[in-house]
Amino acid sequence: MELKTKINAQEDKQELVITRDFDLPVELLFKAYVEPEIVAQWMGTKVLKLESKKHGGYQFETSDAKGNVVVQMNGVIHEFIPNEKITRTFEMENSPFAVQLEFLEFEKITDSKSKLTMQIVYKSTDLRDQMLQLPFKQGLNMAHNRLEEICNKLK
Amino acid sequence: MNLRRDVFQAIADPTRRAILLLVTSHSMTAGAIASNFDTARPTVSKHLKILTECELLQQTQNGREVHYTINAKKMKEIDEFIEPFRQMWDERFNKLEEIMKNYKPEN
Repeated sequence: MELKTKINAQEDKQELVITRDFDLPVELLFKAYVEPEIVAQWMGTKVLKLESKKHGGYQFETSDAKGNVVVQMNGVIHEFIPNEKITRTFEMENSPFAVQLEFLEFEKITDSKSKLTMQIVYKSTDLRDQMLQLPFKQGLNMAHNRLEEICNKLK
Repeated sequence: MNLRRDVFQAIADPTRRAILLLVTSHSMTAGAIASNFDTARPTVSKHLKILTECELLQQTQNGREVHYTINAKKMKEIDEFIEPFRQMWDERFNKLEEIMKNYKPEN
């Protein structure tokens, strides 16, 4: 089966490319990146600030189930061309990860289909590989926490 | 980590990726693999050596012939390395698609 979301990460490059085809007109796909309430829904984060324009910036904050802030993210927007392109930086605050550069390209395939290409450039290949492992590690952490919870209940 | 990075180096090359694709269905000799490429035989041999060293390919002796087969276990390792990251984005994008399919402009 053909995967809808693909990732291309070449070993000798400090970047990766995520591509995804959507059953959506390009205008709606783009809107999902512009409207703060919509971004909040699909990214699963609180949107503190989102200025979708050249020289604009954004600030996201993600909390856990107990309401503790886990991740704070921010960036600036360098290029903003509606239904075509967003170029921005992305930074995870209070983390060992350096700021990254993101090139988002929105393409119309048909009136009802579109494609997103997201190129992410990292400071180094090592940093990229660490970022790639992050969801895996988070998954492990969650499993450990869950285990801990269960064990605590057994005491 | 180092081992995995070697594996990534191995699959970064388009010829090596093509070789891996070739041997997915059945084992092949170096000669049979080389006949699929315009590249010089020693170049193909070099690629085979790298792929074997990274354990992406396995060699089996078949009489006088050496056959190459894919090491499925190692290939899975590459998959697992990127897969959680891919899934995270896939889930986000699925959600985005679902939200926008139901999106109604306010005016």
